[in-house]
Amino acid sequence: MSDNLLKVRGLKIGATVYPPGEKPHDIKIVHGVDCDLEKGKVLGLIGESGAGKSTIGLATMAYGRGGVELTGGEVWVNDRDILASAQGDIRSLRGGEVTYVSQSAAASFNPAKQIMEQVTEAAIGHGKFSKKEAEERAVTLFRKLGLPDPENIGKRYPHQVSGGQLQRCMTALALCPEPDLVVFDEPTTALDVTTQIDVLAAIKEAIRDTGVAALYITHDLAVVAQVSDDIMVLRHGNTVEYGTTDQIINAPQEEYTQALVSVRSIEHEEKQPTPEPLLTVQNITARYKGTKFDVLHDVTVDLHPGQTLAVVGESGSGKSTLARVITGLLPPRDGTINFAGRMLSKDLGNRTKEDLRELQMIYQMADVAMNPRQTVGTIIGRPLEFYFGLKGAEKRKRVIELLDEIEMGSEFIDRYPAELSGGQKQRVCIARALAAKPKLIICDEVTSALDPLVADGILKLLLQLQKIEDVAYLFITHDLATVKAIADSIAVMYQGKVQRYGSKSHVLTPPFDDYTDLLLSSVPEMKLGWLEDVIANRKMESAGN
Amino acid sequence: MRIPPAALIGLFFTALYFLMAIFAPLIAPYGMAEVVSNDIWLPPSSEFLLGTDNLGRDLLSRMIYGGRTTIFIATAATLISFTTGSILGFFAAVVGDWVDQALSRFVDLIMSIPSLILALVILSVTPITVGVLIVIMGFLDATRVFRLARAVAVDINVMDYVEAAKLRGEGRGWIIFREILPNALSPLVAEMGLRFIFMVLFISTLSFLGLGVQPPAADWGGIVKENAEGITYGIGAALYPAIAISTLAISVNLVADWVLNRTTSLKGGRG
Repeated sequence: MSDNLLKVRGLKIGATVYPPGEKPHDIKIVHGVDCDLEKGKVLGLIGESGAGKSTIGLATMAYGRGGVELTGGEVWVNDRDILASAQGDIRSLRGGEVTYVSQSAAASFNPAKQIMEQVTEAAIGHGKFSKKEAEERAVTLFRKLGLPDPENIGKRYPHQVSGGQLQRCMTALALCPEPDLVVFDEPTTALDVTTQIDVLAAIKEAIRDTGVAALYITHDLAVVAQVSDDIMVLRHGNTVEYGTTDQIINAPQEEYTQALVSVRSIEHEEKQPTPEPLLTVQNITARYKGTKFDVLHDVTVDLHPGQTLAVVGESGSGKSTLARVITGLLPPRDGTINFAGRMLSKDLGNRTKEDLRELQMIYQMADVAMNPRQTVGTIIGRPLEFYFGLKGAEKRKRVIELLDEIEMGSEFIDRYPAELSGGQKQRVCIARALAAKPKLIICDEVTSALDPLVADGILKLLLQLQKIEDVAYLFITHDLATVKAIADSIAVMYQGKVQRYGSKSHVLTPPFDDYTDLLLSSVPEMKLGWLEDVIANRKMESAGN
Repeated sequence: MRIPPAALIGLFFTALYFLMAIFAPLIAPYGMAEVVSNDIWLPPSSEFLLGTDNLGRDLLSRMIYGGRTTIFIATAATLISFTTGSILGFFAAVVGDWVDQALSRFVDLIMSIPSLILALVILSVTPITVGVLIVIMGFLDATRVFRLARAVAVDINVMDYVEAAKLRGEGRGWIIFREILPNALSPLVAEMGLRFIFMVLFISTLSFLGLGVQPPAADWGGIVKENAEGITYGIGAALYPAIAISTLAISVNLVADWVLNRTTSLKGGRG
């Protein structure tokens, strides 16, 4: 099998963990994984966080991150077992034969050096090219990756290019030494959806043109379907399913893979607007203290009782600022907010307790939205005590009811946030918001930090709670799939303005304006060949380009 | 829980000194200011374990009572500096705006003057009693605690859980004592050990300069001063309190280090 570039056999990876207050002990991260990769092919590794996919990716460079140890098995690259190799061999392997593209290019580039110097460093250092040759090759790669002004972009510093461009520069960095294998570790996860698609297309083309083999690691099955030939589904360090992309997407065998493929298939019937909106935001213009730049311009939206308004946009579009204005954290310069038939004070300090109670918020990072030194019982119980004066057994009874509502049991009442999983933490935050019996909950990217299946569960829970409690949601997200699943009306935001606004069916039905078209078409779909179709048919360059 | 050897040594000596301070009258063989011999600076003997001092008093007894004074003043001053410093620091961080500016600039002003000189100036116009000493030292040191508490609280104040509490309509009391304090406690407790050492050194310096604890009351700095002249004659009486000060400082430091390590390991480090 000499055309097999990468051969992994029974790879076992472990680590020593240091939990507070306990003895350090060893855990196993990967329990014997096998895979093969031929020259010029792409293998996608997919799984939720903790599945071991990044760890396996780094193992192909004989590297274990921070205390991680490669405890068993074999990793053959170019017919030699790199786990048994000497340090010197590994040195020539890393950055020479195998290179790596990380999730955050911004954190990986040295801000004090020009891009060209960093892109060519490995190629020159490994003695593959002279400085001149390496620079020529870099310019060719820049051009291939669709970077603007390829001759001169190398002279810029990392902060002088956009996030999407920097990610492509990093791909050029990885391809520059003519490696045999490139490990892409979530290269598009940190990018906006319209930028992701450009980077994805550039990566795919560069892989095809240079004939390099690649490991593509991501949690998003729709993304990996666009670039890989084979897919390996991982969970808790085990292989769940391993097959061709076509087979995994169209005929998944395992239950877990089927769940991943059918994620976000939530059906939600759009509700008709009521005569009286619950929340009316009118002509809001806002800027942050000490700046001279309006983050929101003349924003006007309505939200009806018991319904969901999704505010969609990319980072910097002003959607989170809108939430801060509505909650009173950022008093607007202009405009009014009407809520439940009364005018809300612009400033949080002047709002009544009733105003505060009826308007609750759920955050993106459940981790930092809960005080780590309070138990679940205290966290959920505090609004009950604060707004309704519940105490003792009465309060405890209501907390347990709320825990039941979010599908967790009373056994969680004395746990601390650190003892909960990501999804459970977000559920507790939902219960805390519900405890106040609000009329409106602002959900700020509540599913973005969660694995797809867990996020799905949270969305289903939110929809179900809406039916029971008749609460309205203002749902802020960059993820259009989420919007399609749960919204009744949609506001598309772009550069601080509402670009398109109306009922879900109206906003998602053509004709679109150019930006909405770009945004809608950029959401990866679980189907082969989607990427090529989109690139061929779109009307507007991505915003991050 | 495994305690590293350095922390064990620190814990042992710290405990030893504190126990000695608490039970001084039971342990000390003679009275604090009792002249027990007509001879000054007697060498150590079975009668006087550390010999006698510059007035013929038992040095061991004075050391034990001196430790009691030094440790009591340092502890009380540390407590004052911590309560005022941290509450004001949290308050400045939570309220922000001009309150923060006013408090912080005032603290800068105080800190721009070396605290020893400031203390000497204040003590030269106030009566020198233990109470006054404790208040002045506590107040001057509170500026340092204020800085730390404010810095820690500013970080915590921007966490989403504090924002959630503000959106709920919670008052400042709840935010300071229920949301911020429990999360700021670990760095503050570690700092407390270090501040305590500074207090020991501070009171010893003041006494050595004659503006601290007044004779005949004993404290370690004062004992150094009383017996400093003896060094000229090759008499080591002044060394015992000096050794006591340094061993206390080092052992409290070792304990503080260990506490700090443990708290960082709680945040995911490997202490």
